[in-house]
Amino acid sequence: MISLVEVQETNKMIREMNLDVRTITMGISLMDCAHTDLKVFNQNIYDKITKSAEKLVKTGEDLEKQFGVPIVNKRISVTPISIAAGSLNTDSYVPVAEALDRAAKEVGVNFIGGFSALVQKGCTTGDRKLIESIPEALAVTERVCSSVNVGSSRSGINMDAVKLMGDIIRQTAERTADRDSIGCAKLVVFCNAVEDNPFMAGAFHGVGERECVINVGVSGPGVVKRALEEVKGRDFETLCETIKRTAFKVTRVGQLVAQEASKRLGVPFGIIDLSLAPTPLIGDSIAEIFQVMGLEEAGAPGTTAALAILNDNVKKGGVMASSYVGGLSGAFIPVSEDHGMIQAVQRGALTLEKLEAMTCVCSVGLDMIAIPGDTSKETISGIIADEAAIGMVNNKTTAVRLIPVIGKGVGEMVEFGGLLGYAPVMPVNSFNCAGFIDRGGRIPAPIHSFKN
Amino acid sequence: MKGIITVLGKDKVGIIAKVCSYLAERNVNILDISQTIVQDYFNMMMIVDISKAEKSIEILVEELQHIGEEIGVEIKLQHEDIFNIMHRI
Repeated sequence: MISLVEVQETNKMIREMNLDVRTITMGISLMDCAHTDLKVFNQNIYDKITKSAEKLVKTGEDLEKQFGVPIVNKRISVTPISIAAGSLNTDSYVPVAEALDRAAKEVGVNFIGGFSALVQKGCTTGDRKLIESIPEALAVTERVCSSVNVGSSRSGINMDAVKLMGDIIRQTAERTADRDSIGCAKLVVFCNAVEDNPFMAGAFHGVGERECVINVGVSGPGVVKRALEEVKGRDFETLCETIKRTAFKVTRVGQLVAQEASKRLGVPFGIIDLSLAPTPLIGDSIAEIFQVMGLEEAGAPGTTAALAILNDNVKKGGVMASSYVGGLSGAFIPVSEDHGMIQAVQRGALTLEKLEAMTCVCSVGLDMIAIPGDTSKETISGIIADEAAIGMVNNKTTAVRLIPVIGKGVGEMVEFGGLLGYAPVMPVNSFNCAGFIDRGGRIPAPIHSFKN
Repeated sequence: MKGIITVLGKDKVGIIAKVCSYLAERNVNILDISQTIVQDYFNMMMIVDISKAEKSIEILVEELQHIGEEIGVEIKLQHEDIFNIMHRI
């Protein structure tokens, strides 16, 4: 029998600690939409997306009511467009992005991910056209998100793509300069990108996936923080145990919503992504968890260890709660979306270099970091190369989502609005790396790529 | 299908009456009630059977919320699964 204490605990987690199901993301394959004619292709993808996701938003809202737990975002991910549109006879993929945007608006989702290319080993003609279309595509659309995978542990790092992406990020920033370069907030560069990640901006529907699938991302930094407050000052075993237990409960809620959504929509359930994704709200921050763990600010010595503990125990607790755990699963450390991280940057506790070190043990990478508008494309490529190398060598996913804010310099504030938050522009090491980036070619895969 | 109703707010006369008569009108059967009052604050949990209810759970959720707003307490109806799945392996 359910007890009053349990009911109160659950509702307190929802009401006071910001427990939520962060996103229900429907993955849709666009493979069967392929066509050589741009108009026909656009019509095909529009029709398929709007038909498949017709009831997605309504179902999300119904479940929200039924269980009394907020479901913040309803989103769509599609087959990387560079693959689906491989046979397309066109110079620019911008009209495809516009078709995706229209479809997203029609079904009422706030983001659609998959304006993507997977170029870890090399670029096809289609891949190159897609990448070159990114700046304009992100400037003229509202809801389209883009990602490019430039490396993997098996194939090494495509340095031509890394070089190109430095330029593409700069162009994207310039094309949306009037809106604090917001285009870059919708663009991620990955190493070891995953095929079933429900979180934007890096979500796409992988080629190994089925026709249509429901992936759910849960989050509850506030719940973990509160649980840790109860065991303040106790040893690390207790700390880890507490995170595990909490992660278990949080993930179970996601599992329930995922199963119900999949049943109602008649679409198979894919994975639960058990991540701790912060929001700009107070009490919904990863940096606050570090503080409860005993650090004055995020970035203080010990932060990397604290993050490693957090990430590992979130996974340990979560895997017991659902058989299909996937996506990125772990703690996200975006700067602009976490008020504690923003404060740490403003107080000088957190630097880009410390963030890079932290990405060795977090679930993704350098995320939502505003950098000076005059940062050169080579410097951006250098940062991407560093981050991709961390992912490649450590067999993990890493990503870069940097925003060179045109017209702004170190210390100035940038406002992205909504869940994307706000951030101070952070200093970047600007010593030249052009000679390194300009080499081009591919960094060979590390020795453990021969594991089989 | 079972639902859990929670009522939270400053104690006053007629809270239970209001909730119960609404449930009766909608053909929702009450299976269990537990209630505490801590320093004037009313805290109630009801387990109800909504399988024969005249309206869908989404509508019941909204209507109960409105009743809560009228009498100045917070009334929540949730499907029991969220509690079962979170607290039972």
